[in-house]
Amino acid sequence: MSQPQTIIDKLWTAHEILRRDDGESLLWVDRHYVHEGSFHAFSKLAERRAEVAEPRLTFGVADHYVPTRGSRRNIANPELARMVRQLEENCASHQIKLFGLDDARQGIVHVVGPEQGLTLPGLLLVCGDSHTSTHGALGAYAFGIGASEVAHVLMTQTIWQQKPKRMRVSVDGAVPPGITAKDIVLAIIASIGADGATGCAVEFAGSAIRALSMEGRLTLCNMSIEAGARCGVVAPDAATFAYLKDKPYAPKGAAFDQAIEAWSKLATDQGAAFDREVALDAANIAPIVTWGTSPQDALPIDASAPDPTRESDPERAQYLRDALDYMGIAAGKKLTEIAIDRVFIGSCTNARIEDLRAAAAILAGRASKVPGLVSPGSSLVKRQAEDEGLDRIFRQAGLEWGESGCSMCVGINGDLVTSGERCASTTNRNFRGRQGPGARTHLMSPAMVAAAAVSGHLADVREFLAGRTA
Amino acid sequence: MEKFATHTGTACPINQSNLNTDQIIPARFLKWTRAMGFGKVLFHDLRFDADGREKSDFALNKPVWRKSTILVSARNFGCGSSREAAVYALYDFGMRCVIAPSFGDIFAGNAVQNGLLTAVVSDEEAAEIMESLAQRPELPITVDLEQQTILCGNRTYKFTVDPIRRMRLLNGWDDLTLTENYRDRISAFKAEDKAKRPWAVPPGPI
Repeated sequence: MSQPQTIIDKLWTAHEILRRDDGESLLWVDRHYVHEGSFHAFSKLAERRAEVAEPRLTFGVADHYVPTRGSRRNIANPELARMVRQLEENCASHQIKLFGLDDARQGIVHVVGPEQGLTLPGLLLVCGDSHTSTHGALGAYAFGIGASEVAHVLMTQTIWQQKPKRMRVSVDGAVPPGITAKDIVLAIIASIGADGATGCAVEFAGSAIRALSMEGRLTLCNMSIEAGARCGVVAPDAATFAYLKDKPYAPKGAAFDQAIEAWSKLATDQGAAFDREVALDAANIAPIVTWGTSPQDALPIDASAPDPTRESDPERAQYLRDALDYMGIAAGKKLTEIAIDRVFIGSCTNARIEDLRAAAAILAGRASKVPGLVSPGSSLVKRQAEDEGLDRIFRQAGLEWGESGCSMCVGINGDLVTSGERCASTTNRNFRGRQGPGARTHLMSPAMVAAAAVSGHLADVREFLAGRTA
Repeated sequence: MEKFATHTGTACPINQSNLNTDQIIPARFLKWTRAMGFGKVLFHDLRFDADGREKSDFALNKPVWRKSTILVSARNFGCGSSREAAVYALYDFGMRCVIAPSFGDIFAGNAVQNGLLTAVVSDEEAAEIMESLAQRPELPITVDLEQQTILCGNRTYKFTVDPIRRMRLLNGWDDLTLTENYRDRISAFKAEDKAKRPWAVPPGPI
């Protein structure tokens, strides 16, 4: 019998065109997603008068710069309009299918890909965006790349990579009520650190991961980059196949059955070796919020902000002081006493239909004490939410119901948190200035954001669950 | 791409871990083209206040470090967003090498594409180099990629760099030139793979 292999080995081998003597491999790319930010790469093509090698494997999505308010046909801000037009022109001139603003399927690239069945198990998928790790939820080898690499993929449909280390993060047991994929992934990052998986491809395994819905797995893999991972992956299973059945771009009929047969072989073999193993007990995971300026600065909601004076390592103490200072939080303050100014529900991390339902379940019949924006992960998610009446719940709670895009996660479409303001957010990065210069971001699950909205301060969602299913 | 052999220059210490690419270049500048000069906005929100005035306590604003060509920092430098403009900003400012205990994977990949060396030393060595620079800010540092050494005052440190990235920098190799040599292998793989994994090819645009 051949050597047992991990899913990471299997995915890698299937795409390796060649390996040079120095150890670097040329990999075949099955899917390449581009967005407005990919213009640097298209400029490189123009400089060389080069063609796109495989336009049929390349898909464009307008998401980073699109407005969530006002007209999207006639974008008022000329700079945003230019960014979107540039993508339209680049896609048109290279015969790339674009999910643009005139397409009912437009949305955030990491929501649209799985939703359309473009992302499949066993694929190697890249995009000039670090949260491309999201697509690993379906059993794809998916990672973010820079502009030079985007240009290389456009021109050759291949990418040079070195095989990363293989890491397995196992989460076993049942999570308590109110605990979501977001809490699991924040707990993992808090445990291993923002560079805990640097240089590694990570397989998420264990019964708690298996029990996650596909949307939960997308949230989980989305944030694997926040632990530094090259990519995150969950082995495809019955849940994956059920999710993909009848998705527009997924194989159909006999081809689908044939694909399932191949996909079923991707799971890590018994006894396969990983370079690193980490295990977490699901039963110990509480609702988690970040208090600082890195996703690793995460604590259970019933904890208090750290106190630098109780830290023996002077460098760590300085780090804590700087982070608390930026965040405007007193050392040792109870997290549930931190008042917020605004909420945001959106982004490639947490803006799928289940996320919106979870937030709406808490908000129904309640009022938000602070203003906020809900931006669905895609225009199809938006329509579905409206069919389910979720938009009315958000509006009645006092929140704004916007269009789909990256929006306030990165703020480049103009959706910004004002300097000094504190935002409870379903996004992925609480970096300084991420949601706007001087903005203070607390990351948490959609239900936790909803709980914070109705409380006016960070709050424990478990106190709002009575009689509701979040 | 320019080759990298050795480089001597003023080195600026920024002792912060997890210095992510959002700090290196805030997102609002990403719609710029490179010709607009990303160097101007390197570390923009750390370097300038809300009114655009220089923050005097930020290392890069101190007279001795204004023209630094080497940056020394703490672990996980360049984590976060994949924006290659973070590398453009460093390079166009004049930086040729970043010394740190670890780097974000995507950042390090982007760096080598643009001739920027990412030199890895231990946490203790990075702290020691930054301390030396705090004592003697004008102290020039010499980075030798062939020997993989950093000469800082009377101390020499060995650094590690991925061997493949090292070769690329030493030779000024460009990905596309490398790949051109393998056109036939790529075509052969594509044909064979299509038979093996028919489900991997999407239907035409829907």
